[in-house]
Amino acid sequence: MVKSIMIVGVGGQGTLLASRILGNTVIREGYDVKVSEVHGMSQRGGSVVTYVKYGDKVYSPTIDKGEADLILAFEILEAARALPYLKSNGTMIANTGQINPMPVITGAAEYPENLAGKLEKKTNLIKLDALSLAEKAGNIKTVNVVLIGVLAKNSEIPYEKWVETIKETVPEKFLDVNLKAFEIGYNV
Amino acid sequence: MKKLLLGNAAVARGAYEAGVRVVASYPGTPSTEITESIVEYPEIYAEWSPNEKVAAEVAIGASIAGARSMSCMKHVGLNVMADPVFTAAYTGVNAGLVFCVADDPGMHSSQNEQDSRHYARASKIPMLEPSDSSECKEFTKLAFDLSEKFDTPVFLRLSTRISHSQSLVELNEREHDELKPYEKNPAKYVMMPGNAIKRHVDVEKRLEALKEYSENAEINKAEINSEDIGVICGGTTYLYAHEALGESVSYFKIGMIYPFPDKAVIEFAKKHKKVFVIEELDPVIETQCRALGIDVIGKERFTLLGEYTPALIKKAVLGAEIPDDNCLEESLPARPPVMCAGCPHRGTFYVLKKLGLTVSGDIGCYTLGAVPPLSSLDTTICMGASVSAAHGMAKARGMEFNKKLVSVIGDSTFMHSGITGLTDIVYNKGANTVIILDNSITGMTGHQENPTTGYTIRGEETKQVNLIALCKSLGVEHVVVADPFDIKEFERVVKEETNREEPSVIIAQRPCALLKRVKYSGHCVIGENCKNCKMCMKLGCPAISVKDDKVVIDKTQCNGCGLCVNVCPFGAISKED
Ligand SMILES: Cc1ncc(C[n+]2csc(CCOP(=O)(O)OP(=O)(O)O)c2C)c(N)n1
Repeated sequence: MVKSIMIVGVGGQGTLLASRILGNTVIREGYDVKVSEVHGMSQRGGSVVTYVKYGDKVYSPTIDKGEADLILAFEILEAARALPYLKSNGTMIANTGQINPMPVITGAAEYPENLAGKLEKKTNLIKLDALSLAEKAGNIKTVNVVLIGVLAKNSEIPYEKWVETIKETVPEKFLDVNLKAFEIGYNV
Repeated sequence: MKKLLLGNAAVARGAYEAGVRVVASYPGTPSTEITESIVEYPEIYAEWSPNEKVAAEVAIGASIAGARSMSCMKHVGLNVMADPVFTAAYTGVNAGLVFCVADDPGMHSSQNEQDSRHYARASKIPMLEPSDSSECKEFTKLAFDLSEKFDTPVFLRLSTRISHSQSLVELNEREHDELKPYEKNPAKYVMMPGNAIKRHVDVEKRLEALKEYSENAEINKAEINSEDIGVICGGTTYLYAHEALGESVSYFKIGMIYPFPDKAVIEFAKKHKKVFVIEELDPVIETQCRALGIDVIGKERFTLLGEYTPALIKKAVLGAEIPDDNCLEESLPARPPVMCAGCPHRGTFYVLKKLGLTVSGDIGCYTLGAVPPLSSLDTTICMGASVSAAHGMAKARGMEFNKKLVSVIGDSTFMHSGITGLTDIVYNKGANTVIILDNSITGMTGHQENPTTGYTIRGEETKQVNLIALCKSLGVEHVVVADPFDIKEFERVVKEETNREEPSVIIAQRPCALLKRVKYSGHCVIGENCKNCKMCMKLGCPAISVKDDKVVIDKTQCNGCGLCVNVCPFGAISKED
């Protein structure tokens, strides 16, 4: 069995760190794993997608439509964009925060209304305002770790394994605030 | 110990274990992290060279001098370095020499989708292609062994999904750290006709030997699961095909694309009723199979464009339908990449757009000056073309056109291949205005140092190219430095310089907003006296948008760079802590 997780967001939001924390946590459980990242042009404020797959043996690092067990979305429009990739019984975790893409800013397109409501009708949605939770943790830059916390809660991987990875990944200086952010996310 | 590594980091690890001593590269997605990872190994000399041609030559020289060496580049970088590479095929090597090239099917971050596998045959250099990080490391080591065994440079070909996917890699020790003796050998290394004619004979002999090797190489391997369907694939498509078709078909995994294992593939094909060739981009394997008389199914079922997926393969091989999407009824606005908040290029393009100039563009973060609302660029071809193509435009259309024409080129790109174009303008009596967008870093590829920044790849201080003195020494008499955030002055300078009937250079100087030392603070706010003229909206700043027909600045996006403060005609925007 291979588990497929997709992390989507906007370039610059820290999705890469999230996928690396996830990847390094699942290897603690002895799984084979592949993490497919996005670097370069699209990181400049564009839609970014990373895939994490783990199981006994993983071949393709990418995930096809209808194949993701779980999608972690850092932004709600990106959640909607990723919906076709979710399995019919999959779970979507979405930050309700909204970042306007350039076509919306220039007036060429409109930001769709009530995306969370619409997604709820189509899927098993866990929504949260990760920015305010990150503020509560003490640093708005911990949005990604708050979201990792929610993901952890919805995975079968034990709590301590996540904490071990965070301790190894995050610089000493920022460790406390990140652990707090993880905790808050875990308890959403 | 097993570690989760990017394909690129695994190549670096392989090079380290293989005893590499010199790595010279020019950045380019998706290859950049190979050389960045090399920096983790203090034993290895690493550099960012000014361009790929220089990088390849550094590696070739180091190999001749006895050190295992490597040069890494993106696919289009291989075009730039093709000249020395084709002749290095003739000289062969002293210590192992590997050129690692990363293609970008799907063009995640590139201006074309070329298939670099063609280079192997064209240059007569063997090429290996790994499928995951573990193979990235092993194939890199093998490439160095083959290089020395057969006295040839070796290509390692990657693609975006291999370079930028992490998978598990077993780490080993550095195995080999020898500096081979250097001996003068003009017959081998001085490629003038008399010598090169003889070396060409050796090249053809070597290819025969390599062909023999390829036939029996472990990295070209058959996995027989079925008598019905056989799939010939390699690199990414081995993974996608396995995911899609599992054990229901047989596989021939091509690890060495060139020379091709002809006999082994003919044998494999004989064992199956139907044979598919699955490869992204061009029909390289397919053409070879057809030349061998093998009846294969290839590009008549598979696209020449973009990346493949397991679903696409399932459909083409098994006829499996791709299920309907579960999606929202409405169409969603796209999210193309944008210049960051605080990007210095924004000021430049705001002015160029305002003046309605023709902009001969180039490659870097500033290529984003092509998208609305800045919509300034007229062309983008390849690195350096902004300067030389503008010279051609001016020669084609004359002085009046020239006065409404500028080139824009980043600092790294100017050092890469803008200097020769500027030389051409001066030499051939052009009168172009070239704007060097000096943001003190190679931005697009993720912040690499370059000859204008004053630091090496390891962050050590070094001499910094003086752009003013450089341009003047080429014969450009009018070289002006201007701050693109000082909109009024910048506009004045652009008007003055484009009006001249002589070559001129404007150095638009302001560092990238993402550099650690750049400390914008606070954020901008819109005051009561906003007339809603939407002038600031023309900046295309991701922090400024319209809500309920009022302009608003998003605090979480704004970094307080203050460009909008300078643009507002009513002084309605101010900075707050
Ligand atoms: C021949 C070639 N090599 C490398 C690249 C990858 N690449 C694209 S733009 C760029 C450099 C951009 O740096 P700079 O000119 O300083 O502009 P910035 O992105 O900082 O604005 C590189 C290395 C390429 N497109 N073509």
